[in-house]
Amino acid sequence: MSDTATLSPKTVSYRRPHGLYAIYQDSRVIAWRNLIHLPRTPQLVIFTLIQPIMFVLLFTYVFGGAIGKALPPGVSYAQFLIPGIMVQTLVFGTSATAVGLADDLQNGIIDRFRSLPISRSAVLNGRILADMIRLTAVATVLVVIGYVVGFRFQGGLGLGLLMIIVAVAFGTAMCWIMTNIGMRVKDAETAQTAGFVWLFPLTFISSVFTPVYTMPAWLQVFARNNPVTLVANLLRALSVGKVLPDSTWLSMSLPVFLWIVAITAVAAPLAVNRYRQV
Amino acid sequence: MLMPPIIEVENLHKSFGDTHALAGVSFQVEEGSVLGLLGPNGAGKTTAVRVLATLLAPDQGVARVGGLDVKTQANAVRSIIGLTGQYAAVDEKLTGSENLRMVGRLLGMNSDQARSRAAALLERFDLTPAADRQVATYSGGMRRRVDLAVSLVGSPQVLFLDEPTTGLDPASRSELWAITRELVADGTTVLLTTQYLDEADELADRIVVIDHGEVIEEGTADELKDRTGGRSLEIEFANAAELGAAAVVLEGFAPPGGLHRNEQHQLLSLSVDSDTALAVRAIAALTDAGVSPADFRLHRPSLDDVFMALTGHGTEPVDQVNPDSIPAEPTTGNTSEAVNS
Repeated sequence: MSDTATLSPKTVSYRRPHGLYAIYQDSRVIAWRNLIHLPRTPQLVIFTLIQPIMFVLLFTYVFGGAIGKALPPGVSYAQFLIPGIMVQTLVFGTSATAVGLADDLQNGIIDRFRSLPISRSAVLNGRILADMIRLTAVATVLVVIGYVVGFRFQGGLGLGLLMIIVAVAFGTAMCWIMTNIGMRVKDAETAQTAGFVWLFPLTFISSVFTPVYTMPAWLQVFARNNPVTLVANLLRALSVGKVLPDSTWLSMSLPVFLWIVAITAVAAPLAVNRYRQV
Repeated sequence: MLMPPIIEVENLHKSFGDTHALAGVSFQVEEGSVLGLLGPNGAGKTTAVRVLATLLAPDQGVARVGGLDVKTQANAVRSIIGLTGQYAAVDEKLTGSENLRMVGRLLGMNSDQARSRAAALLERFDLTPAADRQVATYSGGMRRRVDLAVSLVGSPQVLFLDEPTTGLDPASRSELWAITRELVADGTTVLLTTQYLDEADELADRIVVIDHGEVIEEGTADELKDRTGGRSLEIEFANAAELGAAAVVLEGFAPPGGLHRNEQHQLLSLSVDSDTALAVRAIAALTDAGVSPADFRLHRPSLDDVFMALTGHGTEPVDQVNPDSIPAEPTTGNTSEAVNS
C-alpha cells in the first residue's frame, strides 16, 4: 500500500469514441458483462439449457402420441413440436431480461453505469445484445435435441438458419417488452412473476403444442391471431421447406415481420425513455 | 484571482412526493479540499450526492461540478467524477479485476490499458490475491475497497464518497481514511457524506451540517465548535475549600447559569463562549483573590456536542459525551426543533 502513483491524476491517455461507434463499443462491453453472468447464474443455465431439453422430451414422449393423431398424415409430432417449442422456449427465456434488469437496478450497478460518461442507451442495448446471443444458443440447443427426437431441416440448412433467425428476432422483440417490466417493478422477485405469468396464456393458447382447430371456437379467435402462432407457423414452414406459392410465403412472413417491428418500435423507445428516469 | 469553486450548489430542491429531501440547499467546495456533508439518516445527504453525480435531476436550483451544469452537461460532468458509496455498486457476479476492466473499457481505454489500470489499482488496494474471485465472495472491507477502486479507474478530479465507511470495521475504516487522505494529497477534491461525526472531524476541511433537506450550519470543524458557543474555562482545584472560595469570586464573571461546580472532580466550569478575554480576567481575578488553580484549560465542545445542539436531539450533559460512544445513527431523536442559523 505505498504506490501513490496509482491514485494520482491520469497517466495513460485514452479518449472515448464518439457517435454510433461509442454506442456500439459501450453496448459490447455491457453485453460482455451480461454474458459473463450466464455461467455464474445457475438459474439461468437451467432456463437456458435444461428446461428446453426437458420440454422437448416430455412433450414428445408424453403428449406426442395423443397430439400426433390430430396432425395431418405424414407430419411427425417432432417435426410439428420443435418449431413451436422453439418460440415457446425463447419467449419464456425473455423473462430473464426483466429479472436481470430489475436485479441490476436493485443492486445499484445501474447507478454505477449512469455515473459513467457512456451512451445512454448502452446499458439496454448491451443487455438486449447479450440476450440475443443467449436466445441463439437456446435455439441451437433445441435444434440439436430436435435432431435426437426426429426433427429435421427438411428444406435444407439455409431455410433452417432462417428459421433460427426469425425465432431469435421475435424473442429479441419480446426482450424489449421485458426491459420495460424490469424497470417498472420494485425488485427481481416481482420481475420474475410479472415477467413470467402472462407468458403461459400467450404461448399455450397458440399452435405451439397442439393444432388450433382442436380448441374451442372462442379460444381459436385468440389463438389464430396470437403472434406466437404466426411465428410458430412460419418456423414450421421454414423447417419443412415445402415449395409454397410466393403469396403464401408472403402472407405467412409479413405478419410476423410486422409484429416484430411493431413490438420493437413501441417497447424499445419506451424502455430507453424509462431508463432515463430510473 | 481566486479559482471558482469546483462544486457549486445553489438553492437545490428535490422532493419525492411529500418528502422534501432537499429544501433549498446551497454550498460550495474549493478545489483540492474535502467537504464533509454531515447529517442524520434521511437528512438529504445522499439525494444531494445523487444530484451532483447526475443520477437525479433537481426540481429546482443549480448544481455545477467543475463549472459544468449537472443537468445540461451531464456527460461532461460524468467524465470528471467518481462515485463510491452505499448506492453505486460493483457487479457481484464479476471478479474484482473484471469490474475494473469493464469500467476502464467504458471510459474509453483499450483492453491493454484497462488491464494494466485494473492491475495497478488492485495492487494498490491489496486486492491482487482476490483479483480473479467473484466480488460476491469478498468481505465487507474488500468490497468497499474494490468499489472505491472502480470509482478511481478514470482518475476523477472530484470524488463523491457516500457514507464510505458505514458498516465497516475500525481497521477497514481507518484504511479508507488513509486512502482518502492520499487522494486529497494528490489533488482530488472529495465530497464525503457521513453520519459519523469523528469521520467528518478527521477528514473534512469544511463541514456542512444538513438536516431535513436544509443546511443548518457550515464551517470548519473548529468554527462549528466555536460558533455553537459553549466554550468553557475549566479550572481544577486542589481541595474543596479552594473550590468554594473560587466559586464566590467567579460568580461575578459568569453569565446567568454559566458557572458549574463539579464537586467530585473539584472542578469549576465557566462558560466563556468565544470571549477568551473573559477567561483571562477570571484567572487574574482568582490570583488576585489568592486562590490558585491546580490546573485550568479551555474546553471546546466536540463535534458531537455541536451536532446535537444543532439538530436539537441528544440531551446528555456535554461533559459525559465521549466521541467513541456516539451511536452509529445519531438520528433517532426528535429533530423537529432543529436550529436554523
